[in-house]
Amino acid sequence: MAQISYREALNQAIKEEMDRDERVFIMGEEVGYFGGAFKVTDGLLAIFGEKRVRDTPISELTLVGAGVGAAMGGLRPVVELMTVNFGLLAMDQIVNHAAKIHYMFGGQAKVPLVIRAPQGGGHQLGAQHSQSLEEYFVHCPGLRVVIPATPADAKGLFKTAVRDDNPVIFLEHESLYGMKGEVADGEHLVPFGQANVLRAGSDATIVSYSKCVNDALKAAEALEERGVDAEVIDLRTLNPLDIDTIVESVKKTGAAIVVYEGWRTGGAGAEIAAQIYEAAFDSLDAPVQRVASMDVPMPYNRHLEAAALPSVEDIIRAVEHVV
Amino acid sequence: MALEREKHLAERSLLTLSESNLLDLYRLMSLIRRFEDRVAEMYTRGKITGFCHLYAGEEAVAVGAIHALYDKDYVISTYREHGHCLAKGVAPQKVMAELFGKATGVSHGRGGSMHLFDTEARFMGGYAIVGGGLPLAAGLGLSIHYKEEPEVVCCFFGDGALPQGAFHETLNLCSLWKLPVIFICENNFYGMGTLTQRAICQQELYRFAEPYNIPGVRVDGMEVLEVYGAVLEAAARAREGVGPSLIEAVTYRFRGHSMSDPAEYRSKREERIWQERDPIKRFRRRLNERRVSGEVLDRVDREVDAVVEDAVRFADESAEPPISEVAKNVYVE
Ligand SMILES: Cc1ncc(C[n+]2csc(CCOP(=O)(O)OP(=O)(O)O)c2C)c(N)n1
Ligand SMILES: [Mg+2]
Repeated sequence: MAQISYREALNQAIKEEMDRDERVFIMGEEVGYFGGAFKVTDGLLAIFGEKRVRDTPISELTLVGAGVGAAMGGLRPVVELMTVNFGLLAMDQIVNHAAKIHYMFGGQAKVPLVIRAPQGGGHQLGAQHSQSLEEYFVHCPGLRVVIPATPADAKGLFKTAVRDDNPVIFLEHESLYGMKGEVADGEHLVPFGQANVLRAGSDATIVSYSKCVNDALKAAEALEERGVDAEVIDLRTLNPLDIDTIVESVKKTGAAIVVYEGWRTGGAGAEIAAQIYEAAFDSLDAPVQRVASMDVPMPYNRHLEAAALPSVEDIIRAVEHVV
Repeated sequence: MALEREKHLAERSLLTLSESNLLDLYRLMSLIRRFEDRVAEMYTRGKITGFCHLYAGEEAVAVGAIHALYDKDYVISTYREHGHCLAKGVAPQKVMAELFGKATGVSHGRGGSMHLFDTEARFMGGYAIVGGGLPLAAGLGLSIHYKEEPEVVCCFFGDGALPQGAFHETLNLCSLWKLPVIFICENNFYGMGTLTQRAICQQELYRFAEPYNIPGVRVDGMEVLEVYGAVLEAAARAREGVGPSLIEAVTYRFRGHSMSDPAEYRSKREERIWQERDPIKRFRRRLNERRVSGEVLDRVDREVDAVVEDAVRFADESAEPPISEVAKNVYVE
C-alpha cells in the first residue's frame, strides 16, 4: 500500500496492463511526448515506445473509430480523449459503431476498447471545457460506463475495464487527479457493478459518484454534527448500475438524495430516482432529491461557476429537507 | 490518373489469369446480379423488409477488387454490401437468410440487409452511417500493422462519403501511419438523388489522394479486370508497408438508391448509356475473345440460378430468431 494520487494510480494501472498484455496500447492526442494533457500517461512513451504509446492527430472521430477497428482486429486499445467535450466529435463511432457492433452482427464481433476521458467543471474553463457527460453514454445500451471517485478505484476499475470485452467509457473528473489515497501495489481489481458504501448511516442515503462523492462525505460529516446520520454510497460504475445496494440502503433509511455533477434535467439522478421509486416506493418517507448542476452552460466567472455547480451546502440542504 | 495504364494492366490480366480464374470472376458477377434480382422480387413480395440497397450494375468493383485479395485479408463495406459479402465468399444461403431476418442469417437476424458480417470470411461488416466504415478500416489496418501481419484491409464506400470528415481524418491517419488499407470509392455519380457535381467540389475523386500523399487512380468500374489490376497493385504496396491507396472505381447502379426509390432524378437516356456498359455483358465479350464459349457461360448462369434458388428456399424455410433472445449479445458476458 502506498499513498499516491489518482493520476499516479491511473498511470500505474496503464503501465501494469501494458506489461501484462502485449495487445494493450494507448493512443490519443498528446499522450506520448507531452505526457498527456493531464499527465496521466507521463513516462509511458519512454518505457513502451511509439508503437504502444501513440500520439495521434486531432481527429477524434477517426481516433475512436480506429480504436474500435483495432479492437475488432484482436487488440485491446485504450483511447484517451483529451477531454470528454472533444469526445462529442466521436459520438458516431461510440454510439453508432462501438456500442452496436457486438449485437448488430449477431454476437460475432467484440469491441474490447477502453475510452478514457477527463471531464467536469470547477476550473473556470468555461462552457466548452467543463461538462460532465456520463449520461450521454449511460443512455446507450452496449457501453459500460465507469466513473471512479478514488485513486484505489481508478486503478482497480481501469484494470477491470482493460480486461472487459465490451467498449468501456472511463470518465475521470479533472479535479480528482491530484487527490491522494491508499492504493495497493500491483494487482488490484475492482469489479463492475459493485457500489461502495463509504459511510454507514440510518437517516438518509446519499447516492453519488466521481468527484461529488467527496462532497457527499463532507456533507455527511457536517450533518452528523447536527444529529443526522447519513449513509454515503459511491456507485463506481453507472453501467452496470448496482441498484440493489441503493435499494437496500433506502429501505433502511427511508430517504434518498442523488448527487452528481451533470445537468439536473435528464441526468443520472432522474434514472436512479426512477429505479428507486420502482423498487422501494413504499420505503420512502419523502421524494427522492436531486443535487446536480444547474441547467446552464458553465459560466466563466468564479462566483457564477460555483453557483452553477452542486456544493456541499446544497447536499446538506437537500438531506435536511427530507429527514 | 492513369486510365490508359489501367487498361493495359487489364489486358495483361486477361492474358495471364487462368481460364478457371476468369470463370470465377464471371460466376461471382453473375451470382451477385441474379441474387440481387431475386432480392428485389422477394422485397416486392414482402419477404424482405426495411431498407434494401441493391448492387446491380456495380458487380465488377467488388468482384475485381476482392479477387485481388487473399482469404485472410479484411473487407469492410457500407449498407450496399450484398455484393462485397458474396464476393468475399460468404454463403448465399446465409446472406439471403439475413435479408429475410432469420436466425440462420449471417448476423442471426439482428442486422438485415445493411449489416451483414462474417468473422470467418473476414467480412468485417456493412455499416449504414455514410463514412462510418472508414475509421474502422484504419483500426483494422492498425491491428495488422501492430501484429506485423501480412494482411491488408479493403474498404469500400460511396462517393457520398467523400465530403465526410471521417474520410479526410482517416486518409490522413492511414497515410501518416502507413497503414495497409486500400480505399475503394465506388463513384456511381449519385448519393441518393444528389449528383456528385452538386455535393463535391472536385469531380475527379481519385485526386483526393494527392493532399494525403498517397497514390490515387481512377479505374473503369464496369471492367472487372481493370479493378482487379489496380487493387493488385495497391495490395502489393500495402503489404510492403508503404501505406494506403485510393482507387476511384467509376460505376453506376442500375436500380434506385434503395428498393423504395424509383430514381426519377435520372434520365432514361443516361440509364440506357450505362446499361450498354453492363459489366457482365462486357466481360462475356472479353471472355469470348479468350475463346470461352457462350455455352460455357450460360451453363455458369444456370448453376448460379440454382444456387440463388436454393438460398431463397433456405431463407424461407429457416426459423425466426426466438423473441426470448431479443436482449442477447447487447454485452459480451
Ligand atoms: C451520416 C449519414 N448521413 C446520411 C445518411 C442517409 N443516406 C444513406 S445513403 C446516402 C447516400 C450515400 O451515397 P453514396 O455514399 O454515394 O453511396 P451509394 O448509395 O451511391 O452507394 C445517404 C445520404 C446516412 N446513412 N448516414
Ligand atoms: Mg454514390
